Amino acid sequence: MSELIYLDNAATTAVRQEAYRAMEPYFIQNYGNPASIYRFAGESRKAVEEARESIAEAIGGKAEQIFFTGGGSESDNWAIKGIAEALQKKGKHIITSAIEHHAVLHTCEYLEKQGYEVTYLGVDGNGLIDLQELEKAIRPDTILITIMFANNEIGTIQPVAEIGRIAREHGVLFHTDAVQAVGHVPVNVEEMNIDMLSASGHKFHGPKGIGFLYIGQKMKPANLIHGGAQERGMRGGTLNVPGIVGMAEALKLAVEELPQNQKKLAQMRDHLIQRVLEEVPYCRLNGHREQRLPGNAHFCFSFIEGESLLILLDQRGICASSGSACTSGSLDPSHVLLAIGLPHEIAHGSLRLTLSAENTMKDMDTTVEAIKGIVERLRSMSPLYDDFVRKQKA
Amino acid sequence: MMYSEKVMDHFNNPRNVGEIEDASGVGTVGNAKCGDIMRMYLDIDPETKVIRECKFKTFGCGAAVATSSMATELVKGKTIYEALQVTNKAVMEALDGLPPVKVHCSLLAEEAIHAALWDYAKKEGLEIPGLEEPKADISEEPV
Repeated sequence: MSELIYLDNAATTAVRQEAYRAMEPYFIQNYGNPASIYRFAGESRKAVEEARESIAEAIGGKAEQIFFTGGGSESDNWAIKGIAEALQKKGKHIITSAIEHHAVLHTCEYLEKQGYEVTYLGVDGNGLIDLQELEKAIRPDTILITIMFANNEIGTIQPVAEIGRIAREHGVLFHTDAVQAVGHVPVNVEEMNIDMLSASGHKFHGPKGIGFLYIGQKMKPANLIHGGAQERGMRGGTLNVPGIVGMAEALKLAVEELPQNQKKLAQMRDHLIQRVLEEVPYCRLNGHREQRLPGNAHFCFSFIEGESLLILLDQRGICASSGSACTSGSLDPSHVLLAIGLPHEIAHGSLRLTLSAENTMKDMDTTVEAIKGIVERLRSMSPLYDDFVRKQKA
Repeated sequence: MMYSEKVMDHFNNPRNVGEIEDASGVGTVGNAKCGDIMRMYLDIDPETKVIRECKFKTFGCGAAVATSSMATELVKGKTIYEALQVTNKAVMEALDGLPPVKVHCSLLAEEAIHAALWDYAKKEGLEIPGLEEPKADISEEPV
């Protein structure tokens, strides 16, 4: 196989060298439990607290507002269930969007079974929520607005600061699942009026299995993980010291390099999008053309199915993903693509390419050439394409 | 990869892709909503009722393509009566199995053969014992 072209950075990223090296001392040398009293454990404790400071700085918060978790899904679960429980006397209404990650959607569905009411805001064809609709959905018993920062499939970035402003004006808490945004686009919890924010280490070249939840002042979600007194009694469990250190190092560097990486990725992304749209007939770009993650390109190709496309890309050494039914084991195509108004048969032919700074322009060109050949091949065996061509002729 | 080597082989090098002009029977099953559509073409010897040629076109995942390909291989050379014995189980076995979520693809392949045979029988005013009218859309059935 030729060299690997990894274009699935929204699924996970490679741990960067600096982060890996920063983690190393905390496996065999400084393995002490940060909660222990002796001086030896002080090394781990110091590393964790420095990491907390560094992460807080990266998102414009304070160290005491950063709580370490096992990843993005845990952060989302904690924020939503924790606030639902803590504020149930105030109300039982939550507002979210139809295109959230399943960590948010399924948590909301779970709460509905527990007697909460959830409003799922629709989105426009670009995947943006309507701010007026959001404001109208707020009720006296609304306790939480949870809207993702950037979509994991189509890359659309929501007007987060505006959502936060509306939430503040109505005295409702605002949580954002920023798993795809942190380290990729500027994020500032103060300036963007964010009360709670979920992030995950492995999406910005940190390790897997570690994340954090930012919890602003004056709010205390109920515990999700009960246990010891770690994280000021709000999240039990021995701290994942190497994970925390690696995540902090990766985020620090991601934020430092953000301006140039954002530019580099957007250039590669735009080149990719332009070539695909120009050279592959009957395809469309999904997500907002400008308000999108710098490394996200998401397409639908008519008359073909996503999984076939992925397998054939894989055989050319290209790692990509699709929101297609077949890859997820369910017959329904992606809820995000249906929410932006795509019919099922179009949504089935989707392809997500997510870049990192490790990619090159040459990768983009190789990928475009591969896509062209594969799409043509799959169409040549598609009865839908036959029918389409016949109709065109008639 | 979750697919067997045989499935991958039939996906990468699908046998009998294409159309047959003035086919004896054509059947299309599945729907785009569920992500799988198979169209099967049969060329049948009017005297011996042997399937001389079988071609397909499929919109769908790797398993959908592979099961279509294998189904065409299995029915070729058989009489229309023997072809009825090519069940989804036979297709799956010939492919060394399918992941559980892909079993519906083999059902679709079986149904595509039946739909093409039904089309032929209808045109010829023929009755094939054991052949029932194919459902318009089998993919909405639970598998």
